[in-house]
Amino acid sequence: MTISTLARTAVAAALALTLAACGSSSSSDGVGTPAPGVTAADAWVKAVDSGMTAAFLTLTNSTDKDVTLVKAATPAAGMVELHEMAMQDGQMVMQPKAGGIPVKAGGSATLEPGGDHIMLMELTGPVKVGDDVALTLTFDDGTTLEVTAPAKEFDGGNESYEPSPSESMSM
Amino acid sequence: MEDARISRRRLLQGGAVLAGGATLGAAVAVAATSDEPAAAAVVTGGDTLPFRGDHQAGVTTPQQAHTWFVALDLREEADVDALRRLLRIWTDDIERLMAGRAPLGDQEKELATVPARLTVTVGVGATALTRVGLEDRRPSSLGPLPAFSVDRFEPGWGEADLLLQVGADDVLTVSHAVRVLTRDARPFASTTWVQRGFVRSRGAVPEGETPRNLLGQIDGSIQPAPDKVEATVWVDDGPDWFRGGTMLVLRRIRLDLDRWESLGRVDRDLVLGRRLSDGSPLTGDGEKTPAELDAVDSWGLPVVPDFAHIRQAKARNDDELMLRRGCSYDDTTGSRQDAGLLFAAYVADVDRQFVPVQRRLADNDLMNRWTTPVGSAVFAILPGTGSDPGAWLGQSLLA
Repeated sequence: MTISTLARTAVAAALALTLAACGSSSSSDGVGTPAPGVTAADAWVKAVDSGMTAAFLTLTNSTDKDVTLVKAATPAAGMVELHEMAMQDGQMVMQPKAGGIPVKAGGSATLEPGGDHIMLMELTGPVKVGDDVALTLTFDDGTTLEVTAPAKEFDGGNESYEPSPSESMSM
Repeated sequence: MEDARISRRRLLQGGAVLAGGATLGAAVAVAATSDEPAAAAVVTGGDTLPFRGDHQAGVTTPQQAHTWFVALDLREEADVDALRRLLRIWTDDIERLMAGRAPLGDQEKELATVPARLTVTVGVGATALTRVGLEDRRPSSLGPLPAFSVDRFEPGWGEADLLLQVGADDVLTVSHAVRVLTRDARPFASTTWVQRGFVRSRGAVPEGETPRNLLGQIDGSIQPAPDKVEATVWVDDGPDWFRGGTMLVLRRIRLDLDRWESLGRVDRDLVLGRRLSDGSPLTGDGEKTPAELDAVDSWGLPVVPDFAHIRQAKARNDDELMLRRGCSYDDTTGSRQDAGLLFAAYVADVDRQFVPVQRRLADNDLMNRWTTPVGSAVFAILPGTGSDPGAWLGQSLLA
């Protein structure tokens, strides 16, 4: 009676964290305006005792304009950068992603272990499994998105941090 | 579908090969014998069951092919805040797994895409409540059962803090779900035991057919009538937080198959009170025909012997009803016979509904000669998350 074949769209819609920021009308300069056309889903953070950690999520852009994630902030960390994984001297290292993380019109971008991610540094305290971390994402058009990411334990992969010699896309 | 006659010869010549991946809703023609019409085998791995509701899934849900019961114990340092965080993580994991979506951070995410009617049901033991300082919230019949004369418990199958009951028609799905949930629980709890049970694979027999146990008996024919299920299973009184939950009694019953096999067929029917052939009671025809326990033969002797299992197990009144959802297990190794029944019964009140029946069976049931309870545990199955999409399992207890 209650068995149904997998309705992917319906399920995806139900589970997506569609977190357009509160508020409806835009201010005159557009700063802080919510971006209803850009949504985040499946957000999570790696649990850690101290130091630094990473946040992951999938961004979907249902507008007809490309957008780029240029900045992220959270009360949980003193410094936040957008990072990518890159090959250097035969080894995958992480480094600031110049230009930010693009999300093409009608497309999506997935931030996941081994790929692009949001690096949370100078953590203000331990990020315990099951805690919720609040993230504010800012895009190149001035729009923002509030996301809640639960912390989970994750052991996968070793990453070595390589600071970028050129401009870093932070703050 | 049009005429789907495909001869076996043509199928083999055509080189038809089944793809390894799950193709949702695909119909694959498989020839039975060389000149018979092809039976279309429909791929069912995409079937899902709803997670949210007043009650957790997996209790009144029709039984899936595989059910694993996993017991965990909280770590020394786990407090009520830790339990809260664990249940919130588990809620999100379970919601995703049951929908056929990979949980956050799943390192084998492809294994989550065949839900196969997965249900995950979470319970707490009496010891969990004591450990986190919520002893005053314990339902009155939550705790170890009284000792019965037939008990021969072995260490390792007993009471525990937490229970995960994970069921699906596909065992890869079950294994992956258990992996995700136990790995996510690691900061809070360690796994104490796993009991892996099975009935028939989906599609092996008609849907809804009562399964057989390893003694060969059709097992589970008598269940509460539909209009009695609500009162039998779901908690309606006691602590507020527990309304909508139920109690699970899980007992590991080892079978002495060597000894059973020295018994003749007629005697086997007499021990149970039902015919092995079709599950009908000795007094009538048809598995679902009620047994006439007062019937006597031409000698004036009861047709169903005094010590037959079905006579002793029969509920004397509605207070003794229980919903059974047991399965077989087989962990036999080269050195040890260990196969039997994972007896699982769901009741609103263990003391009122289960204990009197078990006591009667311990004292009188002839089946005791071939069955031995080697483990027992009682859990409070948490109420469902209700209609609030943000609610988490255990919220009524811990929030």
